[in-house]
Amino acid sequence: MSGPNSEYDPVQVTPLDEEHVEQMRDDALAAIAAAADLEQLKAVRTAHAGDRSPLALANREIGALPPAARKDAGRRVGQARAAVNQALAARQAELEVEAEARMLADETVDVTLPWDRRTRGARHPITMLAERIADVFVAMGWEVAEGPLVEAEWLNFDALNLGPDHPARTMQDTFWAEPAEHHLVLRTQTSPVQARTMLTRTPPIYVVSPGRVFRTDEYDATHSPMFHQVEGLVVDEGITMAHLKGTLDHFAAAMFGDGISTRFRPSYFPFTEPSAEVDLRCFVCRGLAPAVDDCRTCKGEGWIEWGGCGVVNPRVLVACGVDPARYTGFAFGMGIDRTLMFRHGVSDMRDMFEGDVRFSTPFGADL
Amino acid sequence: MKAPLSWIREYAALPDDVTADDLAHRLTALGLKLESLERPGHDLRGPLVVGRVLTMEPEPQKNGKTINWCTVDVGDANGTGEPQGIVCGAHNFAPGDLVVVILPGGVLPGPFEISARKTYGHVSAGMICSTRELGIGEDHGGILVLPPDAGAPGEDAIELLGLREDVIEMEINPDRAYALSLRGVAREAAMAYGVPFTDPAERDVPPADDAGWPVRIDDSEGCPVFVARTVSGFDPTAPTPDWMVRRLLHVGQRSISLAVDVTNYVMFELGRPIHGYDADKLTGTIGVRRARPGERLTTLDGQDRALDPEDLVVVDDSGLIGLGGVMGGETTEMSGTTTRIVVESAHWDAVSMFRTGRRHKLTSEAGRRNERGVDPRICEAAADRVATLLAELGGGTVEPGVTVVGAPPERPTIAMPVDLPARVTGMPIDSQTTVANLEAVGCEVDLGADELVAVVPSWRPDLADPFDLVEEVARVVGYEDVPSVLPSAPPGRGLTPAQALRRRVGRTMAGEGYVEVLSFPFIGSGDLDRLGVEPGDPRRQTLRLANPLSAEEPLMTTTLLPGLLRTVARNVSRGTSDLALFEAATVTFPHEGQGAPILGVDRRPTEGEWDDLVKAVPDQPLHLAFALAGDRDRAGWWGEGRPASWADVIETARLVAAALGLELTTRATTYAPWHPGRCAELLVPSGAGDVVVVGHAGELHPRVCRELGVPARTAVAELDLDALIARSVPPRAPDFSTYPVAKEDVALVVDADLPAAELAATLREGAGPLCEQVRLFDVYTGAQVAEGKKSLAFALRFRAPDRTLTEAETGEARDAAVALAAQRHGAVQR
Repeated sequence: MSGPNSEYDPVQVTPLDEEHVEQMRDDALAAIAAAADLEQLKAVRTAHAGDRSPLALANREIGALPPAARKDAGRRVGQARAAVNQALAARQAELEVEAEARMLADETVDVTLPWDRRTRGARHPITMLAERIADVFVAMGWEVAEGPLVEAEWLNFDALNLGPDHPARTMQDTFWAEPAEHHLVLRTQTSPVQARTMLTRTPPIYVVSPGRVFRTDEYDATHSPMFHQVEGLVVDEGITMAHLKGTLDHFAAAMFGDGISTRFRPSYFPFTEPSAEVDLRCFVCRGLAPAVDDCRTCKGEGWIEWGGCGVVNPRVLVACGVDPARYTGFAFGMGIDRTLMFRHGVSDMRDMFEGDVRFSTPFGADL
Repeated sequence: MKAPLSWIREYAALPDDVTADDLAHRLTALGLKLESLERPGHDLRGPLVVGRVLTMEPEPQKNGKTINWCTVDVGDANGTGEPQGIVCGAHNFAPGDLVVVILPGGVLPGPFEISARKTYGHVSAGMICSTRELGIGEDHGGILVLPPDAGAPGEDAIELLGLREDVIEMEINPDRAYALSLRGVAREAAMAYGVPFTDPAERDVPPADDAGWPVRIDDSEGCPVFVARTVSGFDPTAPTPDWMVRRLLHVGQRSISLAVDVTNYVMFELGRPIHGYDADKLTGTIGVRRARPGERLTTLDGQDRALDPEDLVVVDDSGLIGLGGVMGGETTEMSGTTTRIVVESAHWDAVSMFRTGRRHKLTSEAGRRNERGVDPRICEAAADRVATLLAELGGGTVEPGVTVVGAPPERPTIAMPVDLPARVTGMPIDSQTTVANLEAVGCEVDLGADELVAVVPSWRPDLADPFDLVEEVARVVGYEDVPSVLPSAPPGRGLTPAQALRRRVGRTMAGEGYVEVLSFPFIGSGDLDRLGVEPGDPRRQTLRLANPLSAEEPLMTTTLLPGLLRTVARNVSRGTSDLALFEAATVTFPHEGQGAPILGVDRRPTEGEWDDLVKAVPDQPLHLAFALAGDRDRAGWWGEGRPASWADVIETARLVAAALGLELTTRATTYAPWHPGRCAELLVPSGAGDVVVVGHAGELHPRVCRELGVPARTAVAELDLDALIARSVPPRAPDFSTYPVAKEDVALVVDADLPAAELAATLREGAGPLCEQVRLFDVYTGAQVAEGKKSLAFALRFRAPDRTLTEAETGEARDAAVALAAQRHGAVQR
């Protein structure tokens, strides 16, 4: 290699001959290829392509050549420098890829480590089922009606054709508030909402009212003093039992799938006449042999008892200020808790009210 | 109600091939819902035959017993015609008697398979049966001896004795009291198959005369009809015939004595409760009246009862002898020596029966029928049936006198538009079907052009309105024929804003890791004591229940915390100690005042009446409560856990408010059950520049944690969600500048008790409109600041809407903020 050329004789510049330039180039390429990492390559760059590298110096010496020689030498040196720079860029890219791959490998983690720093929240499945039910009806243009849990006795009973001596008052054992002369009860059904709705809206009325109700039942696997019902009420001109059936069939299909329908059995409720029990076609076995025989959901019946319904008793319409000559209506009601039990396999009612987080957590925030 | 198929067949001419299953399903479709189907005797297998005892040799045994070695003629049933040799341990029979014999290969209920076996030195080829072994009675004392004309040896006893039965148990709705009798069930069964029905209550009864037992009714509203018949010469030792015992057993009634069994039998047969008096214990005229104040009666069950002036009582010259229609008295009770019986078949007012039954907590088969309504027109038939049976079976005679006081009410009529069934049910029901179906249930129908008039059958007190008739027509047509038509509602407006926001709050809570619980709203005053709620606190103004589930929890709660904290404790005790729970439910604050009126039902309430009613119903605001216990962030391989604190519940409250578009602020306060130094009042904007308290949050008082058994430092919050939701505002898109932000940090030393929020507000005010955010990022107390002081570090962000701020502008604003803090709070920049 040539040293600093402060005192060279311009006529005798041998480093610019072909052999010499090729040597410098080959030295540089060999060093580039030998650079094992970006650090080494940086040093190689300085040594072979830097300002004080042999080729850079050689380039500077071109000017000292006789004019006739400059062209050749310039081309030679230029080509060599281009080859070196190209090799440097290529090696740089190569080493960067390698370096990143190494870094990524170093950063590998155990993705099976558990991440449970904060536990999952959940809404109560009864709340969510009530909302889902409401949504089925809201989608049909119905509205959601509400009423208080502590309710006027008149609205819970009298207005619904349950007079003071009606046998049905013993059927649903009632929590009474003190003093008795204040005539307040914990509502035993969501039906007082029907009465409130008729008394505060004018027909046509299409409402659904999910809510909490109370009866003095002992607390066990299948009974609870507090439970939840959903009730529907329609008051309009020309309403018939057929509309009731159509509504419940739609409701059943929306909740349990296409093809799941309902059936009616004559029954008795003071606030409806005619009255019917509603059975739901078992959504597990669909009542089909042979599955029905071993079906645990419907216990081999093919049908699941779901609720009660009927044509609103004209006496109720009268007490609530609706003209029975012009309007008819239908109403239905079913247990949300019970629906949750058979729809989601809850075997003990107490699980729903004890608040054990293990019960609600799997249900998440939407049902 | 249990109804044996054979008994139903007595009155309904059902085809032979009708099965109990099919009948039960058809009855269910008519409204008598199948509860269960019992098949007594169906596990019995023959050969079970009539046998005549030929010889009977008593053979004493070493064990002290004497057995009888019998030969029994069983006809050809044993295949040989030879007498059958059987060992029998019972002695209540004699040669010549007809008995029931099960032969080897037969199976008795149990099941017990019978085979020929060697015993007591003989080969006993079968067994002579008792009623108990046959599954038709309780009597194990001896074998069943058949009447001499019961049948011939070798005849099949299963058929002969009706040992196989199908018993349909139905759930009877309160409006269908008539179905609490075989008469009623059979009528429905006949209707289900369209076959003739023979009414067992239709019998020729002798006309009333003056020769019967004297009766006087002083309250004809309470007791419109009283029929009395007398049977004398009754043998009190006469046994109840097996067929009757069996039927009573099948309907669920234990056999007691012939006299009692007969009255029960007729009650199940006709649905009419009958009472029998020992005539020799009666003194003079039987009377019916309401009880007088202070009167008492000892009823058949031995209870001494104080009577209410509304109770209907039966009296004679000696005084009270029964609680009319509900239960007889002790003094005139039939007993093992009764030979003369007065049969009472009286019609009682159903409402009085219902009230008396409830008042005295008396439930009985008779009461159940009387309070739901019994056919008033069959008093005479029922009395006659009972008297006749007593005489027949008890060897007595029915005395000629027939007492009938009062008369049944006229049968009501109902006018109904002919097309009403079609209009109400949506089924294509024509007038012909309507009339036929009403007649099928017992109505007499007069069909006009547009309207029909139906005379209601006397056994159907439930039929009062045209819509009642519609139900009858519809159920006979069959509810399965109701078409399915979806009605089209007018366009609705979806959920109300409040309904939608409640859902949003629930989702926000779940998103923050809280699990929703639903607690019972019942508490006791002890629950409030444990929370440290003071006597004058509004939360002490509770609504009390008259009949709480537990005497310890008679109050409707005014705060969700007792239920929520109980749930925390329950989860901890079950091994979950890091908890985030929430509950959204109403609480109850009763009003002072008159209470809710009981209004009429024949018209809409007036505005005034409605207002009074609505106002009397307690305030029931929706609350949201939540609790954190244990770690909010758990420990793990990533490092330390972070215990839940007062700040976490305040953060959650802030997020809930934010979800409702509200900025929640806090203020220190003291309020039970919170730690007095770690309790925040939660405030939201209300009106112009005002704030309102919507709840409290912080750490529980350590004493409360100990008393309730929840983890130390449990943090809770309770908010009035209705109040929050009422103030909710929809978010508005902000105007924001896209010019660069300028940041300035300031650290201020202030008195340790200066609320950070106050200082932040001052900085904000002092910094002027260019300041877009003031955020506290550090709180320091310690060696670097003086005793009683703290250092609060804030990050201030400045930005102008229309330009890049200069350093001078930013610095000026910052200095103004610091200056105001210094002036107002004595804050010194650190």
